[in-house]
Amino acid sequence: MLVLGALADAASGQQGAPFRWAGDAEGGAPFVEADPSHPDTVVGFDVDIANLLARGLGRVPRFIEIRFDSIDQSIGRGDAEIGLSGIEDTPARRAALSPTIPYYVFREVLAVRTADAGRFRTLADLRGRKVATLGNTIAHDILLRGQRDSGIQVVPYEDDLHPYSDLVIGRVDAVLLDHVLAERRQRFVAGFTIQPATVAVGHYVGLLASTRAALRDACNDILRAAMRDGSLERIFRKWGVWNDDQPKLYAQLLAGETVAPVVVNGGTAINDTNPEAPGGTATLSRWAAVRLYLPSLLRASIITIVLSCASMALAVAIGILIATGNVYGGRVLRLALTAYVELIRGTPILLQLFVLYYGIAAAIRLPAFAAALLGLALNYAAYESEIYRAALEAVSTGQLEAARTLGFSERQVLTLIRGPQAFRLALAPMTNDFVALLKDSSLVSVLTVMELTKQTQIFATNLGSWVVPGALCAALYLAMSLPVSAVARRLERRWKAPTA
Amino acid sequence: MTPILRLDDVHLRRGAREILRGVSFEIPRGELVAVMGPSGSGKTTILRAIAGLEAFQAGRVAIDDVLLAAGDADAATLRRLRRKIGVVFQFHCLFEHVSALENVWLAPVHAHGVRRDEAQRRAHELLKAFGVDHRAAALPRELSGGEAQRVAIARALAVDPPVLLMDEPTAALDPERRAELGALLRDLVGQGRTLLIVTHDEDFASTFATRLLRLSDGRLS
Repeated sequence: MLVLGALADAASGQQGAPFRWAGDAEGGAPFVEADPSHPDTVVGFDVDIANLLARGLGRVPRFIEIRFDSIDQSIGRGDAEIGLSGIEDTPARRAALSPTIPYYVFREVLAVRTADAGRFRTLADLRGRKVATLGNTIAHDILLRGQRDSGIQVVPYEDDLHPYSDLVIGRVDAVLLDHVLAERRQRFVAGFTIQPATVAVGHYVGLLASTRAALRDACNDILRAAMRDGSLERIFRKWGVWNDDQPKLYAQLLAGETVAPVVVNGGTAINDTNPEAPGGTATLSRWAAVRLYLPSLLRASIITIVLSCASMALAVAIGILIATGNVYGGRVLRLALTAYVELIRGTPILLQLFVLYYGIAAAIRLPAFAAALLGLALNYAAYESEIYRAALEAVSTGQLEAARTLGFSERQVLTLIRGPQAFRLALAPMTNDFVALLKDSSLVSVLTVMELTKQTQIFATNLGSWVVPGALCAALYLAMSLPVSAVARRLERRWKAPTA
Repeated sequence: MTPILRLDDVHLRRGAREILRGVSFEIPRGELVAVMGPSGSGKTTILRAIAGLEAFQAGRVAIDDVLLAAGDADAATLRRLRRKIGVVFQFHCLFEHVSALENVWLAPVHAHGVRRDEAQRRAHELLKAFGVDHRAAALPRELSGGEAQRVAIARALAVDPPVLLMDEPTAALDPERRAELGALLRDLVGQGRTLLIVTHDEDFASTFATRLLRLSDGRLS
C-alpha cells in the first residue's frame, strides 16, 4: 500500500490537493445519493470507491455534483479528475476518454408488467411495442438496434424512475436497464417483473480524461489491490449488490485478461455502441460523422418544428381568448385570468411539463407528444396573452369611439378595428416568442420526446465531442428561426410602407 | 317645425365633477349651430352625450324619433341613434390600418348591410365631392390634416345621417382651409343636413353658423 501510495503521488503530482471526483447525486442509491441524515454529504458504493481511490492516492476526496449526462464532457474539460456514478464502459468512452478497469459487472435486464410476464420474455417478443430506457446508455443502444432489427419503439428517459412508473401505468410495455437500477426500483414501484434472461452484460468504470493516463494507471492499481484484498467485495456487499458475477470479473482482470466493454446475450462482444456506425463513431472523420448523423437530426428537427408550430398556434388561440377576457371581461373573470398568467409566468416551464406528464398521470394519462404540445402551449399562452392585452390597449380609444358612433357592434369593433391593429402591434414580440419557443421546445425531451437538442446530445455522447453535433444542431435551429424572422420583418415592412 | 335635435335639462357628472349642469336646447332641421365656450366648459361633453358615448345622469336627448334617456342606453337604442348621427372627432380618429377609401365604406358594409360594391362606389363619390378621391388608397398616416378631416367627414356621412356632430373642426386648419371647410359645411346644410359643431374659433363660428350657443361652466348662457 505504501509503494502504491508513492506511485500514486508520482503519477498525480498533486499530493495534498483534494481528489476531485464527479457524480450525480440525483442518480441516487446505491450509486451516489445525498445522505438522508446529512443531506449535504453523499453516500453510495461509488462514494466508497472514490474514498478508496483517494485513500490509495494519499489525498482527500472532494465530491463535485455533475448531471449524469454531462459527466463525460465535464471530465474531458477537467472539471473533475474522475467520474464515478455507475458510468458504463463503452467503446466510445474508451476512444474519447480514459476509463479505469471495470470495477463492477452488471446485466441488462428486461422489466415488464407482471401481467405481461408470460408474453414479453425477450426483446424479440416486443415487436412494435414501446420499450423505455435511460438515454445515452448501453441499454439505449441495444434498443436502437432492436428498433432497426425488430421494430421496437424506443422511448428514452432522462431518469430511471419514470420508465418504471410509466411501465406500471401502461405508457410503455417494457423497460431495459441494468439490474442494479431495476432491482432498486422494484423495491419502491409495485406491479412489474424482472425477466430472468440477461439481454447483455456491461461494466461500471471510473472515467478520466485521456490526458490523465498516469492517474488512471494509479487508480487501476488501487482497484486491482482492492479486488485482491476484498475491499471492493465489502463495499458492494454493504450496498447489497454483490453477486457471483463479480469474482469472475475480478479473476479475469487480475489474470491480465482484457474485458470487452459490452457483451450481448449469446456472447457477441459489441465493439461500437452506435448502432448506425459499424466502424465505431470515434474514429470517423467529421464529414463522415455529418453524413451519418444528419438524417436523424433532420428527423428530430421535424419533430421540433411540428411541435413548435402546433404549440404556438394553440398558444396564440388561448392567448387571444385570455387577452380578450382580460380586456372585456368582468372582475371575476379578469381575476381568474390574471391568476393563471401569474401562475404560469412565475413557475418554471420544466416544472409545468413534469406536472402535466407525470404529476397528473394518475388522473389523465397524456401521450408524451400531446403533453409536450399542451405544456408549451399553456405556458406560451400566458406570455402571448400579455402581448395581446397590451396591443389591444394600445389601439386609441378615439378609433374605438369613432367605430361605435358609426354603428359597429362591440364584436365588430374588436374584429374589424381593434383586433387587426393589435395584431400588427403584436407581430414583432410574437415572432420573438416563436423563436424562443423553438428553442424552449428542447425542454420536452424530459417527457421522452426525441427532439433536436436531445438527438444532438445523444450524438455528442456517442462521438465524444460536441463540436460537429453542436454546429449541426445550431445550423438547424437557425434554419428554422431565420425564415420566421424574415417573414415577420417583411410583414412589418409591408404594413408600414406607404401604399399611395 | 319639430326640431331634429333636442336636449332637455341634461346633467352629466364624472365622479364628483359636474360637467353639464342642466343643458337644454333644440335645433331645427337644416341649421348649422356652433357651441362656443372656453376650454373645460363642457362643449365636447355635449357631443359625447348626444352620440351616446357617455351616459348622463339626468335629462334626455331626442334626435329625430330616437329618445336617449339618462343612464346606460340599451344596444338597440344606440343602434337606432347611430343611424341618425355622424361624428367627426377633433383628431379625426381614422382607422389606422385601412385606406382612406376603406375608412369610408367599412361601416356601411359591416354595420348597415350595404352591398360592398355599392358602398365602395358611394365612398368614391363622397371622397370626390370633398376633393380627396386621389388619396383613396392612402393610409391615414399618409394624409395631411386637411385631407384626414375630409376623409373623416366622408366617413361620417357614408351612412347618410341627418345630423352631423363635429368637434373643433378648425383646430388644425390654416385660414385658407378654414374657409374651404366653411363652404363645405354650408353645402351640407344646403342639402338639408343639420350640423352641430363645437369650437372656440369665434371668427369661424360667426361667419358660418346660423346660430351660436355659448356654454360656460356646464350651462348655456
